[in-house]
Amino acid sequence: MSDFLNISGLHARIDADGAPKEILRGVDLIIAPGEVHAIMGPNGSGKSTLSYVLAGREDYEVTSGSVSFKGQDLLAMEPEERAAAGVFLAFQAPIELPGVNNANFLRTAVNAVRRARGDAELDAVAFLKTVRAATKKLSMSDEMLKRNVNVGFSGGEKKRNEVLQMTMLQPSLAILDETDSGLDVDALRIVADGVNALRSPTFSALVITHHQRLLDYLNPDRVHVMARGRIVHSGGAELAKEIDVQGYASFLAEAA
Amino acid sequence: MNAIAPVGRSLAPFEARLDGIEDPIRHAAVGELRRVGLPGPRVEAWRYTHLRPLAGHEFREAAASFDADLVGRALDESLPRDGLLASTPRLVLVNGRFAPELSSPANGVALPEGVTFERFLASPEFDALATPEREPLVALNTALAVDGVCLSVAEGVAAGRIVLVSVAFAGDEAASFHPRHSVSLGAGASLELIELAVSSGSGAGAATYFHNPVLTCDVGEGAKLTHVKVQKEAAGATHLATVYANIATRGAYDSFTLGLGADLARHEVHARLSGAKAAVHVNGAQLLGEKQVGDITSVITHAAPDCISRQTIRNVLTDHARGVFQGKVHVHQIAQKTDGYQMNQALLLSPHAEIDAKPELEIYADDVKCSHGATVGALDDEQLFYLRSRGVPEAQARRILVEAFLLEVLDLHEDEAGRALLDTALGAALSLRIGRLQGAGQDAGEASE
Amino acid sequence: MPAVTETREQVEKLGQSSYKWGFETDIEMDFAPKGLNEDTIRLISSRKEEPQWLLDWRLAAFAAWQTMEEPTWAKVSHPPIDYQDAYYYAAPKKKAGPKSLDEVDPELLRTYEKLGIPLHEQALLAGVEVPEGEEARMPIAVDAVFDSVSVATTFRKTLAEAGVIFCPISEAVRDYPDLVRQYLGSVVPVGDNFFAALNSAVFTDGSFVYVPKGVRCPMELSTYFRINARNTGQFERTLIIVEDKASVSYLEGCTAPMRDENQLHAAVVELVAMEDASIKYSTVQNWYPGDENGLGGIYNFVTKRGACRGARSKISWTQVETGSAITWKYPSCILQGEGAVGEFYSVAVTNNRQQADTGTKMIHIGRNTRSTIIAKTISAGHSDSTYRGLVRILPKASGARNFTQCDSLLIGDQCGAHTVPYIENRNMAARVEHEATTSKISEDQMFYCRQRGLSEEDAVGLIVNGFCKDVLKELPMEFAVEAQKLLQISLEGSVG
Repeated sequence: MSDFLNISGLHARIDADGAPKEILRGVDLIIAPGEVHAIMGPNGSGKSTLSYVLAGREDYEVTSGSVSFKGQDLLAMEPEERAAAGVFLAFQAPIELPGVNNANFLRTAVNAVRRARGDAELDAVAFLKTVRAATKKLSMSDEMLKRNVNVGFSGGEKKRNEVLQMTMLQPSLAILDETDSGLDVDALRIVADGVNALRSPTFSALVITHHQRLLDYLNPDRVHVMARGRIVHSGGAELAKEIDVQGYASFLAEAA
Repeated sequence: MNAIAPVGRSLAPFEARLDGIEDPIRHAAVGELRRVGLPGPRVEAWRYTHLRPLAGHEFREAAASFDADLVGRALDESLPRDGLLASTPRLVLVNGRFAPELSSPANGVALPEGVTFERFLASPEFDALATPEREPLVALNTALAVDGVCLSVAEGVAAGRIVLVSVAFAGDEAASFHPRHSVSLGAGASLELIELAVSSGSGAGAATYFHNPVLTCDVGEGAKLTHVKVQKEAAGATHLATVYANIATRGAYDSFTLGLGADLARHEVHARLSGAKAAVHVNGAQLLGEKQVGDITSVITHAAPDCISRQTIRNVLTDHARGVFQGKVHVHQIAQKTDGYQMNQALLLSPHAEIDAKPELEIYADDVKCSHGATVGALDDEQLFYLRSRGVPEAQARRILVEAFLLEVLDLHEDEAGRALLDTALGAALSLRIGRLQGAGQDAGEASE
Repeated sequence: MPAVTETREQVEKLGQSSYKWGFETDIEMDFAPKGLNEDTIRLISSRKEEPQWLLDWRLAAFAAWQTMEEPTWAKVSHPPIDYQDAYYYAAPKKKAGPKSLDEVDPELLRTYEKLGIPLHEQALLAGVEVPEGEEARMPIAVDAVFDSVSVATTFRKTLAEAGVIFCPISEAVRDYPDLVRQYLGSVVPVGDNFFAALNSAVFTDGSFVYVPKGVRCPMELSTYFRINARNTGQFERTLIIVEDKASVSYLEGCTAPMRDENQLHAAVVELVAMEDASIKYSTVQNWYPGDENGLGGIYNFVTKRGACRGARSKISWTQVETGSAITWKYPSCILQGEGAVGEFYSVAVTNNRQQADTGTKMIHIGRNTRSTIIAKTISAGHSDSTYRGLVRILPKASGARNFTQCDSLLIGDQCGAHTVPYIENRNMAARVEHEATTSKISEDQMFYCRQRGLSEEDAVGLIVNGFCKDVLKELPMEFAVEAQKLLQISLEGSVG
């Protein structure tokens, strides 16, 4: 069971203006297949860094520790190999790709991942059918497919676009990095529905959030508090409600 | 179009003074001048600004004597006794020669502590920052420089403001002066140099004089040199200035030039960012009329990583005036993370005005953010209409819009005293040209009357 | 340094084996003796059975050329060119200008087939099977120029029925002497510049197009240039005249074998658009660029200019420049007629040791003339690429508008990208806007694409194509697809 995602003693640092700065200081986390975990914690506690390190962003240097994903050494894989293996990161600030058509991007990504997974590529017609079904389910307009990737998208549109990509790429581990920030209730529900629709015994999610609200819709199996680069406290869904009322102060004291 | 090897313009206007120069550096400069001549239109750097007005004259060395009353009046006009700059230390040159009786400390204000001042005349040494072999006008200055101001600010000293005034006192004959200035700031030092070029008038018609200053600025580590220049030379004059700035690590050279006077003027800046995280601003504005030609040319070299350069230039052109902006940003391979920005905008307010612009990027580093923009057009009819619909008479509306266009760039200059000087000079120039601002409108409206 | 650098290093090892058009055709050739003098010109003229006026015209150009020097203002450098050490006439041994396709040497047909250029009308007319979801391809009329001469022109009959003349310029000199005499050199005079003068003296062939009043040319016209022979220069001359209310879309492609020596290509293209006429001129330039060390490759020194003579006429240049060791090229528009429109859309890619100095000139003469310039420059490897453009608004061009957007993308830190615009405005009622940016592919963009499963190569391809989209969308459909592939191939060996 710990074969799905097992993070152990993970230390990582980033080059901050010439001086290395340690951000992750020994993260331990096990996620079983089918589980949804939430990570909460104050700004600067290392939540986003954890998501980047899991997805393979190269600005971060892992100094010690290990991450195994479905029995493979995740840290040894290239970002696109991780994507093919089933890791999906919903970006906190989705990147704009000027001139790159959204549908074309999605099709290129879907087929790259399918190819790597040994599945047949989708032709234009099959792809269009699948993507239309997905946008419909997410109450998105097809017009978004014709635009350039994230260019000129509102905050909400960008997040929806991330959820659309997630739906299309069929990951087995979705990492949502504050996907709920800046969203109104309706958009929040779309994000939650997107995750819930994928829920199955072979799909897990790691949800990074500041707020209780999204978790109300997702009903996580475990909630973790992260502070100063480590997970300092873990509990069930009720922990999120506790934090909502009390804040992080008591956990920070605990960590210190 | 037959290809003719570029042959420069004749040196005749200065020939008599170039003979018999023996100092090796000056001699080399003369040699260089004789080789290339004064730049003609086939020289790329001078394709838009032609030195025709210099031809046909023989420029004598400007006279050392002057009418003290006239010069005094010109000084008072430019630096009002009740103004912010009255109590600022000042160094005054008349016809390119330092005038101690008009300058600090004789005028009652001492130079700040930590600042060393010397006349170029006292020990003429040519700063290595200048490149007379590349700039013929600097070669001319090198050959003929007699006097100038050399300032150095000691390490860590915040020297405040110093005003550097050039007053031209033209005689009956065409004359030229070629002052050579240098400013050097030690590590962590700061100085605000306020430079003013004016004319006292000669009392007799249009003055034919040629002011050809060279200023070298050596900005030390973490030092900051602010440089404001207001050019109000007399009609008929030629003003061709060259500034070299070398900026060390985390240093800053923040400059603003306002070009209003002379028939032919060029302000040419060569700034080199030679240490990491250095910054340079070359901002400026020109308001020109009649047959004036005003040229702002800059070459900014990013020779170190993480440096910033900013240039915003605005031109307002009336009558037959011609504005020129040439700006080159050169990013060396080592200069990663360069952040360069350049914007050049012009308002043409007469059917006979012209603007020529050549903003240029030359980039050899891949991790850079460089951009430039240029717009040229007339006043916005909708804005004009909007103001008039609110009851503002057309002439006033035009003045408001032109002023706003120029004030936006003046706003980039933060120092209070420098800004006050810019505002006063611009206000006077606007009043002078106000008729022409409307003139354009009348031209356009003739058909409907 | 992360992703981009690493892949760049990996792919750099692949080298420049990706030029797929580098084969050589073995065919018997007829050469004029090496060297350039009046005799060479007389020989070319007599081989082509030209009238006296054209010989005189050539000799005048040659006389002008002899007084001129190679321009040095462009940001390119190369060893001196020995103009006496080249052949100025090379033709497949057979009478120039076969009457029908059946007369064309099968070896030549095979060459063009290999290049993907259809010269069989039958095959085309029979209709190649169209994949589902794609539009049926319009047939394209092709003029195939092999070294110095045109070897085949397809669909001439179909075009003739519509009144359109499309033939090798050597034939036009014979069959439509008045038209040629009237327009040849009227847009690019013989002494316009060093390379134009050279071309005027020695041009051997090229395409001629005439679209009469009110005719919309029923199909795309295209010329495919192929340099094959060793030590030859290619000097083709294209002349396109479009009368009132007529229009044409013209495509141009070019390749050459891989050779260690440099070869000179100095073409001249002249376009004339009369009232309400429209000319769309698209180029995919893929001459051999030389190897990764800068050995060999074509010197592409080309003068292209269009005159919008009539009111509301329009000339649109679109170019995708991926080939050549050195490119020196400024397709321009002289906007004379009131309300005339000039457009320039350009993608220039340089890799390895390539150098490109390319851009445009928009000369606004008439009232309410408009121009748009979109230039995308991509530099990789050790290459240098310069956009050089002139926008000139003359005093009578009231209401003129120009918009210019120049964007440069650098891939790697050994290359250079430069922007040199000249803006000259002498009319207060004109508006000129110019924007330029230089940037690189951001790490964020690369990571985002890779997180979605794209390989580095694909990610770069996607981002570069996105960067060029505003230009690529101006190309006719088939060309756009080809150009996209070409972009990716051109950047192979340099990028992640």
